[in-house]
Amino acid sequence: MTSADFQTVLPEILLSGYAMAALLAAVYTTKDKLAPTLVWATAGLFVAMALYIGVGGVGERTVFAGLFTDDPFARFAKVTILLSAAAVLVMSQDYMTRRDLLRFEYPILVTLAVVGMMVMVSAADLITLYMGLELQSLSLYVVAAMRRDSAKSSEAGLKYFVLGALSSGLLLYGASLVYGYAGTTQFAGILTTVQDGVPLGLLFGLVFMLAGLAFKVSAAPFHMWTPDVYEGSPTPVTAFFATAPKVAAMALIARLVQDAFGGVPGQWGQVLAGLSVASMYLGAVAAIGQRDIKRLMAYSSIAHMGFALIGLAVGTAYGVQATLIYMAIYVTMNVGTFAFILSMERDGRPVSDIAGLNQFAKKEPLKALAMLVLLFSLAGVPPMVGFFGKFYVLKAAVDAGMVWLAVAGAIASVIGAFYYLRLVYFMYFGAEQEPVDSRMGLVQSLMLVGVAAIMVLGVVNLFGLEPIAASAAEALVR
Amino acid sequence: MTVFAFAFYMFAVITVLSGLMVTLSRNPVHSVLWLILAFLSTSGLFVLLGAEFVAMLLVIVYVGAVAVLFLFVVMMLDIDFASLKGEMARAMPLGLLIGVVLLMQIAIGVGVWTVADGADGLRQAVAPAEIENTRALGKLLYDRYFLLFQLAGLILLVAMIGAILLTLRHRKDVKRQNVLHQMWRDPAKAMELKDVKPGQGL
Repeated sequence: MTSADFQTVLPEILLSGYAMAALLAAVYTTKDKLAPTLVWATAGLFVAMALYIGVGGVGERTVFAGLFTDDPFARFAKVTILLSAAAVLVMSQDYMTRRDLLRFEYPILVTLAVVGMMVMVSAADLITLYMGLELQSLSLYVVAAMRRDSAKSSEAGLKYFVLGALSSGLLLYGASLVYGYAGTTQFAGILTTVQDGVPLGLLFGLVFMLAGLAFKVSAAPFHMWTPDVYEGSPTPVTAFFATAPKVAAMALIARLVQDAFGGVPGQWGQVLAGLSVASMYLGAVAAIGQRDIKRLMAYSSIAHMGFALIGLAVGTAYGVQATLIYMAIYVTMNVGTFAFILSMERDGRPVSDIAGLNQFAKKEPLKALAMLVLLFSLAGVPPMVGFFGKFYVLKAAVDAGMVWLAVAGAIASVIGAFYYLRLVYFMYFGAEQEPVDSRMGLVQSLMLVGVAAIMVLGVVNLFGLEPIAASAAEALVR
Repeated sequence: MTVFAFAFYMFAVITVLSGLMVTLSRNPVHSVLWLILAFLSTSGLFVLLGAEFVAMLLVIVYVGAVAVLFLFVVMMLDIDFASLKGEMARAMPLGLLIGVVLLMQIAIGVGVWTVADGADGLRQAVAPAEIENTRALGKLLYDRYFLLFQLAGLILLVAMIGAILLTLRHRKDVKRQNVLHQMWRDPAKAMELKDVKPGQGL
């Protein structure tokens, strides 16, 4: 251990130190009354860390004897994770305070989950990978069950915990097989042993690991927990689930397949392509029958994960770049959409039935317009930024000669567009009935309108995202 | 048969059999007792491997703490095991089928098991011959795997926060002891002395 080692993990050290200090501060002072302050302080720290990592980070190095790596790819993922977590935190503060949900542990658990995600995307060893993943998952299980007096929230937490534990078991079993073959847990070491051809035992290990990770990104056929957990958890927690953890898990899959199994792209490319097609179609078709907007967003996230996996399945640097761009756009859209979902209420109680959106445009034209832009973007309708996310991954598939995957993706996006457009239809031409109230704090309105503006203005040059993602992808794929 | 081989087969057979009995015995308390036997014979296996520290840890931590905790939990939980067994009997055929398929798949995977050519050279934590177990483990945990050790600590912290967040309730309708309040009570205000005459009530 040298000072360079600690310098590299400085953001993680600061964040975990902050979490412990905040815990002590809250326990010894006013407990839950300190929570709003903690939420803002945490979000501020996240943004500061994102700036520190994004602006200050240079070069590539692997520290702690090959356990932890810091490269442009990790930094891209970390900045996305930190910024989206900060956005979700600040926009949920108002909602949680009003419903008496805001416990001081919430921002602390989110901080620890974010530390776990940062370790995940920087993992250079199977053990680091698992430690980061567990730190993240364990914090998420707790926040899912945070609303103790609601049976649905407890059910969501329990379901998430049991299935999450199962997926961790699969992942560990796979990791042990990989270790048994390669004799080392380090990605660099595995890469040297797995160069030409994969024996059957190792293939078992690889598939088990990918299945465990597919649980975490909720790719079909490992998606069954997603709708129930999204519906049962408190809405701000759902918003958090739909953003940062997805980026972390997707980046982790990219890191594992490229860093450890980069020598045999054919072996995992097939698996990822299968997962991707299954997710896109399941997400698009199963969402059609949903009446609850949180369940609908769950299926929407399954479909989006399918599209993001296309980029990883093709195994090229351009594919990884496309996935990174897709994930960045995806979390931005979700932050905006959830800012709106958080505000839906009737007589002061939150509602999530999509029938409540009927005739919403007559009541609040500006919010309806912002939501229309977001839904078009989620569906991938051309002028919006969401279209470019889909365009990049499909182009990556075509460039790599996997035309069938691109065609499958295009058809799935057309099917999926139906339910997004149906929401727009409800808002503008729905049946005559009293629409929901939309009570927003300043932060939520800013998020909604701001993200909608980004979705329109970003078409110029995606705010310079492309070259950054390209250099991140080049650092990963050699 | 050498003593070493005899000891190995004895411990191995006892481990497998007691593991089987953990799942088969009807009384859950007996299951925990079988589990303790499984831990003990596993620690015997560790001693045979030359990992005496892990063997002692298994006895102290698992038998001494975890299994006893299990015993308490099993005795305190009021679970109707008969109905659970009934549920299991219904799911048994499907479970057996899946189990057999999985077993066959694993047999295929392990049957053709190979190890990479350079695997031996890549081993990171080879047990050193000249120093004892405890020191070797300490050197790994607090030096090479320091980062992972600290992360494990963070995970335990999350578990603790989670357990408290999900179970602790501040109830206002129960009376609590407040020691300072008790000590500061003024006898003059708290009680009243009455001189009761013989043969008369209050």
